[in-house]
Amino acid sequence: MTVETSPPRTARRLVSVSPSVLGLTPFALYVLLFLAIPTVLAVLSGLFDAQGHFTLANVAALFAPDILKTFASSFWVSAVTAVVGAVVGALVCYALLGMNPQGALRSMVDSAASVLAQFGGVMLAFAFIATIGIQGFVTVFLRGLGIDIFSNGVWLYQVPGLLLPYIYFQVPLMIITFMPALEGLKPQWAEANATLGGTRLTYWVRIAGPVLAPSFLGSLLLLFANAFSSYATAAALISQGAQIVPLQIRAALISETVLGRSNMAGALALGMIVIMVVLMWGYSALQSRTTRWQQ
Amino acid sequence: MAAVSGVRPVGAAPGRVARTVILGVVGVVFAIPIIAMLEFSFRNLAGGYTLTHWAGVFSPTATVTYAAIFTGLGNSLLLAVVTVVIILVILLPTMILVQLQFPRLRRVLEFVCIIPITVPAIVMVVGLAPVYSVVARLAGSSIWTLAFAYGVTVLPYAYRAIQSNLSAVDVVTLSEAARSLGAGWGSVLWRVILPNLRRGILAASFITVAVVLGEFTIASLLNRVNLQTALVQVSKSDPFVAVIFSLLALAFAFVLLLLIGRLASDRRTRSVKKAS
Repeated sequence: MTVETSPPRTARRLVSVSPSVLGLTPFALYVLLFLAIPTVLAVLSGLFDAQGHFTLANVAALFAPDILKTFASSFWVSAVTAVVGAVVGALVCYALLGMNPQGALRSMVDSAASVLAQFGGVMLAFAFIATIGIQGFVTVFLRGLGIDIFSNGVWLYQVPGLLLPYIYFQVPLMIITFMPALEGLKPQWAEANATLGGTRLTYWVRIAGPVLAPSFLGSLLLLFANAFSSYATAAALISQGAQIVPLQIRAALISETVLGRSNMAGALALGMIVIMVVLMWGYSALQSRTTRWQQ
Repeated sequence: MAAVSGVRPVGAAPGRVARTVILGVVGVVFAIPIIAMLEFSFRNLAGGYTLTHWAGVFSPTATVTYAAIFTGLGNSLLLAVVTVVIILVILLPTMILVQLQFPRLRRVLEFVCIIPITVPAIVMVVGLAPVYSVVARLAGSSIWTLAFAYGVTVLPYAYRAIQSNLSAVDVVTLSEAARSLGAGWGSVLWRVILPNLRRGILAASFITVAVVLGEFTIASLLNRVNLQTALVQVSKSDPFVAVIFSLLALAFAFVLLLLIGRLASDRRTRSVKKAS
């Protein structure tokens, strides 16, 4: 979408600073070839039927009750894990603030966060089956204390079972994306606040909070999107049915029983993209309000 | 409260107690699944504990028995390196250029870089298949070409890591100052801008390596062998070995990133000392 909006702007600048514009071409070409073309091809497939005729039937099918239900499941799993991940991750970043950036503990947390943020898919599913599976480490331990975490049925292989594994990669992702913003806080601001008689509380509420808000919201949004499009963990944990949108897409893609369902995948992708675009728009509206005094 | 804060320095950093409590609690909670995997890897089917699963992995014949995993690991490492190169050669210069010369394009660039998270990998695969048939004709179908797709997957994370750093450093003023002191664009970039972006570049490389090592969807649907697809294959016949290799992969990635981080911070400490 942006690819269509960027050329006119570039063209306007091209008149004045043409050598610098050349510097933008490798990135533009790369994004065109490996992002724009694949995305357009995938989404367009939702607007055609298996015979290649234009149709809106796939898009209309998005409003079927079972599809809407998977969107709702995806939405609340993503929202809950994004909020928990963002708050816990920001707390960890805050705790790291006083540490020597070159220190051993900081290096360890940085490395662990990078590894765990992408500890998705099969490995994460293994880990949580080993932890809170029916014979899992924690399950057995709690059973010894007389607590049965599965007294209301085995929820690990259902949508609620995704919450803990997702939080397990959301918190580290928050640490990675939010830490640089927190490190950008200038010590002079804290000193100025102290000189003017401010407390730690006023520093965080009046200075650091507003400065960090756009970064925090940006990271929160990233976390939401990350969970919303996460596929491999759910694929490994949930064996029956397609309870969230990415699984529904997989089902549509590899379905061999219902011919022409692969175009449904394109329509589902379109649905996801619409949700993300709305979120992005909200975020950019928020950000343009806050960047006013950030200069 | 006011009296206490009058004594303590009113800084941004938390106190020792708050710091220890936060890091301690989160650390313990995050250690539990790893410990559970470790415990699982020593279980035997009769209900006791055994070393046989680990012994199998470290036996002399392991590279033959688990050849698929070693191939996958080699491929994933190669892909990680090529993807980092793509990010540093294509994304980073573009971001610096936009920051310096095209401030109005910053929003556009951000939006382009965020798009990949709105397009799930499983959907990308549909559109990537035809693109890759062209790539295969031009560059062959060797595994490293998959890094082009991974570069796109990594874009949002790498962008955010670099941009957070970029907006905290006033590169425009810095480069103008360096230029007015007679520095050419090459030395502005190499000696002024890049050292200031060290943390962001490092963070971007970290997340790139981690993303590539953890990637499953694209490789599996394009029928390529990487670490994750190899693990799935092995887990079907031997879950214990799959868990052991997962643990080893985690430990390996952790140590690798730790080393990169230490190396980078050593270099900086050294150059600071040299300068002073």
